[in-house]
Amino acid sequence: MKLKVIAAGVLALVAAGATAQNINGAGATFPYPIYSKWFSEYSKLHPEVKINYQSIGSGGGIRQVSEGTVDFGATDGPMSDDQLKAAKVKVMHIPTVLGAVVPVYNIPGVNKELNFSSDVIADIYLGKITTWNDPRIAKDNPGVNLPANSILPVYRSDGSGTTYIFTDFLSKVSSDWQTKVGKATSVKWPSGIGQKGNEGVAGMVRQSPNSFGYVELIYATQNKMSYGSVKNAAGKFVKATTEGVTAAAAAASKTMPADYRVSITNAPGATSYPISSFTWLLIPTHSTDPAKARALAGFVDWMLTNGEAEAAPLTYAPLPKPVQDMVRKSIATIK
Amino acid sequence: MTTERDPVSPTPLPNVVPVAPSEDLASQPINHEPSVVRAFLNTRGSGRLADNAFATVMLICACSIFVIVLFIFSILITHSKLSIAAFGLKFFSRQAWDPVSGDFGALPFIYGTLATSFLALLIAVPLALGVAVFLTELCPKQLRAPISFLTELLAAIPSVVYGLWAVFVLVPIMRDVIGPFLHKTLGWTGFFEGANFGVGLLTASIILAIMILPIISSLTRDIMTAVPNSQREGVLALGATRWEMIRIGVLRNSRIGIVGAVLLGLGRALGETMAVTMVIGNHPEISKSLFAPGYTLASVIANEFSEATGDLYLSALIEIGLALFLVTIVVNAAARLMVWAVTRGAPARVA
Repeated sequence: MKLKVIAAGVLALVAAGATAQNINGAGATFPYPIYSKWFSEYSKLHPEVKINYQSIGSGGGIRQVSEGTVDFGATDGPMSDDQLKAAKVKVMHIPTVLGAVVPVYNIPGVNKELNFSSDVIADIYLGKITTWNDPRIAKDNPGVNLPANSILPVYRSDGSGTTYIFTDFLSKVSSDWQTKVGKATSVKWPSGIGQKGNEGVAGMVRQSPNSFGYVELIYATQNKMSYGSVKNAAGKFVKATTEGVTAAAAAASKTMPADYRVSITNAPGATSYPISSFTWLLIPTHSTDPAKARALAGFVDWMLTNGEAEAAPLTYAPLPKPVQDMVRKSIATIK
Repeated sequence: MTTERDPVSPTPLPNVVPVAPSEDLASQPINHEPSVVRAFLNTRGSGRLADNAFATVMLICACSIFVIVLFIFSILITHSKLSIAAFGLKFFSRQAWDPVSGDFGALPFIYGTLATSFLALLIAVPLALGVAVFLTELCPKQLRAPISFLTELLAAIPSVVYGLWAVFVLVPIMRDVIGPFLHKTLGWTGFFEGANFGVGLLTASIILAIMILPIISSLTRDIMTAVPNSQREGVLALGATRWEMIRIGVLRNSRIGIVGAVLLGLGRALGETMAVTMVIGNHPEISKSLFAPGYTLASVIANEFSEATGDLYLSALIEIGLALFLVTIVVNAAARLMVWAVTRGAPARVA
């Protein structure tokens, strides 16, 4: 009798162990806060699915999913055609949330929030605009008494999705930038100094007079840093907000390609914030383990229905409605 | 004279503890019992097998060093194949670093590594020698323990803490006080020209100097303490002043050990990553001014490895690791050669 109970118990445990899905993922650090929140909440609702995520960076995420060593990857910059071709498994991009990058500065005696034309930002980093009282900066900021001090541009020295988004934007608004520098997670910066991480850039800007840098929106708001407005494609100066970012995504969603590999920097629309981007999950379209693929698709479905609402408090912008509907159709094809 | 090494009352020789209790020997002068050591050696049989086995085990231990070095070297070579094939030996003399167009070269990083490390030595070695000489020869007894303790404490601080301190304390001081002063007084040399933002080669060198100071000074102190007192007494007896005694009796005798200590410090400076990354400016450029930002081999690997996409980019980063490996070997070998050339068969004379 007792033996039977124990045997039944063991059987039940084995059965539970067999159905429990351990899904491993790795990649981008930028969406890590929201991902870890989602994964832990989803595991609470669905104890049979356990998702482990390691934030090793977008490059690592792309490499690992291409090699098939993880069940899914994550990246801030979409994979290139060459990378997709070289990958051992067919990989699908699934957008999750959106992030924005904002210009930060430290000019002693200037407390007003500044406006920046997109080409001005490019020329500051190209070393063409070297002083704060340059007429092109002054033109965007009438009534602000800008000093004649030289600008110290600060950039991210570590490879990062933030740099990718920022240089992608600069490549679109400045042909000079496109030919001389280009876009990537790390680029050859024509001038300035590099600091490691958002906190490094923010720290350097905060304590160096006359400096100029770029950080993620979430970082600027959490640390209560003042940041500038950026002129968008419609010619309006827009201050970064999660609404402005979602507006940019909505404007771009009309021309959204089927594989979601789209850049939404410098998006059209009067309210669109121009330096923003999707961040993606990289999911193999044909998994070796169909149960895992179904579990992963189940998570993405939950993320679209329930998860997106939790993005805004963490200063990530949720996906616009049309994109959510598109993604729902796409995940149905995962096998 | 010196408080602790008064020639009138020399420190007593350490007691040699005999194996067999001496009072027993005194009371029983005719004792045919073999000593404990002899008894042990008599019972344990032939030592040849044990000796050979011991020698083999030690040989394996020694060989493990070679194996590790070879293993690292071969991994670095195989993983940087792509980059070696693309750029060849020119990789080490090119100035480009452009991940977008896939154009890579290590020269600015090698320059940054060597410049910061040697500048750090230039600052740290005289300071460290001063600390060591003071501690062993001149320091009042009550001060010796606290100063030794503090130098060793400095060596135990993690490098990221040095980096944070540098960002928040050293950088503003360099920007507002030391930088302008150097520009005004030594600007004509060309080493202190251009915009000074507080970060750059000079700041990185200073933080490196602070980091290697405790290693060099505590090792040097240990070496100087090991110089026998008879050397000091002999030099003093010949009528030398205290400075002459330190120079002839102490520094001269410990110079090889001091070079070893300096090399260990240099090793740490060449490979230091975090603290340097935080203050060097991370801009791959070669410029004469020490105010200008630079970049080191270790920093670029730490910064860019995790997000490196593309095989050539990754391969170039691993070749940077190979460059660091080679730079370390070449610098060490050069220093050893120099020491060997200087001290070969040299008689003990005035340094």
